[in-house]
Amino acid sequence: MELGISSLGDLRHDPSEQTPADIRDRYRYIVDLAVLADQGGLDVFTLGEHHRPDYVIPAPEVALAAIAGVTKNITLASGVTVLSGHDPVRVFEQFSTLDHVSGGRAEIIVGRGAFVESFPLFGLDLNDYDAIFDEKLRLLLRLRDEESVTWSGNYRPPLHGAQIHPRPLQDRLPIWVGVGGTPASVVRAGLLGLPITMGFFASPEQFVSRVDLYHRAAEQGGHDPSTLRLGAGGHMFVGKTSQGAREQFYPYYSRYLDQPGSPFAGRGMPREMYEAWLAGSLPVGSPQQVIDDIMLRVELLGIDRFLAHIDMGYLPWNMVSESVELYATEVAPVIRRETARAMTP
Amino acid sequence: MTTVGIIGAGKLGSTLARLSTDAGHRTLVAGSGELGTLPLILSVMAPAATAMRAIDVAREADIVILALPLGRIGELPAAQMSGKTVVDALNYWPQTDGVIPEFEDGAASSPAVARTLPESRVVKALSHLGYHELQDDARPAGAADRRAIAIAGDDLDSVAEVAALVDSLGFDPVVVGRLDEGSLFGPGTDAFGVSLTAEELSRRVDARRASLAGDSRRG
Repeated sequence: MELGISSLGDLRHDPSEQTPADIRDRYRYIVDLAVLADQGGLDVFTLGEHHRPDYVIPAPEVALAAIAGVTKNITLASGVTVLSGHDPVRVFEQFSTLDHVSGGRAEIIVGRGAFVESFPLFGLDLNDYDAIFDEKLRLLLRLRDEESVTWSGNYRPPLHGAQIHPRPLQDRLPIWVGVGGTPASVVRAGLLGLPITMGFFASPEQFVSRVDLYHRAAEQGGHDPSTLRLGAGGHMFVGKTSQGAREQFYPYYSRYLDQPGSPFAGRGMPREMYEAWLAGSLPVGSPQQVIDDIMLRVELLGIDRFLAHIDMGYLPWNMVSESVELYATEVAPVIRRETARAMTP
Repeated sequence: MTTVGIIGAGKLGSTLARLSTDAGHRTLVAGSGELGTLPLILSVMAPAATAMRAIDVAREADIVILALPLGRIGELPAAQMSGKTVVDALNYWPQTDGVIPEFEDGAASSPAVARTLPESRVVKALSHLGYHELQDDARPAGAADRRAIAIAGDDLDSVAEVAALVDSLGFDPVVVGRLDEGSLFGPGTDAFGVSLTAEELSRRVDARRASLAGDSRRG
């Protein structure tokens, strides 16, 4: 079982502060977060790509390279690389570079993206949303799996015996697919035999059917489902006491969800929905509460990786660092013990 | 038995397909373009539903639910939906639809859907709850914790037809008013994205209407 931290680098302004949010501060915060996760023995750190004024990370692999220099063991992944906007050749070169500078700790999590702002930015037609992603994902896999690639498609000039130099340090650079709830995304990853990270916040039982669909697609694609890695990621906050953590986290979470594209845009998260999500296993509460929430995902979905998104909505550093410390010292050891026991026949 | 057609097989469409088959309706589902992996998707997400092309769904269904991105309504088989009740379950999300100028001023989506389908009777419904809530909160009629879904439409027979469909899917129908009043439960309103009882949903829609009327009187 792998346990990790994900950040999207959202830039929210704390209304109690006079000065506007500072991008350099946000980056220091992100690097400190990665160092804390690494020192706490967590397994994975991911950064997600956005091209918006309220997010600071358009190029996760650049930030991850800086983090590689101040961490030792933790896997460094994008989460997600919005692949449609990019040339898969360049993406693979960048992560091959990251793999070398990090001593073999690089990983790519690709996705279609929850926002489409990269489409006009990179000159893409939104009508081709899915077709572009599909083509580029398949090319990225060939670049990983073959030393020399001859290829042609619709959204990039052809390749004739193209080679990537240097090849990544790892024999097979891990490529995962980040999925929301779209059934067709799960099917694509299953048919290709790729590991998936499922992004959702509450109601893990709603993903039972999606895992079933993923496994059936994998079988249809000739892949043994039992060999495929499966991850889940979502919002999390750990505090010393359950009620204390839930009260402490709510104003920040509500403000974070007051953003374009959220059902709560313009008004924040209504308290009744927060309570409904908590009742539906949103992992916010005491260490024991969060252990139960993560174990519920393990039992229902069979995940072997969980990525916790903690640092959202101008959550002050002391709250984030305490949450990460509790995650590393009180939650992770129990999850690892419980899942190791479950693996033993 | 009603034949329910659903155009769109993403998060919303696949969830509605399951609710519809659970309600005992013959359910036909179309994704984008050819069938592709849709039969596999339905075999897990809604095993009693049938995968078809959109044009066949439109032709065979008694009532059609639109569950595709708003930006793609131009691709709908309008002629095959002529004279039929069409449920507009869509919302404008520039973050995922891309910017569509006509909706940028907060205009309701339904009048645009109605212009695209001039021969159909368009009703706004199933649009203000996410797929998580639709799946989690469906309950049999009379259940104490039953939640509600708002409906807006100009044709009273179609509104009644959609109210019966909503009830069969597991929610109390709340008829709000004319088609363009669908914006009273659109994104940004207190009724949107929150699972509510019929009484509370009506109260929030009425409050929104009263607040807009107050603004226009003052303005």
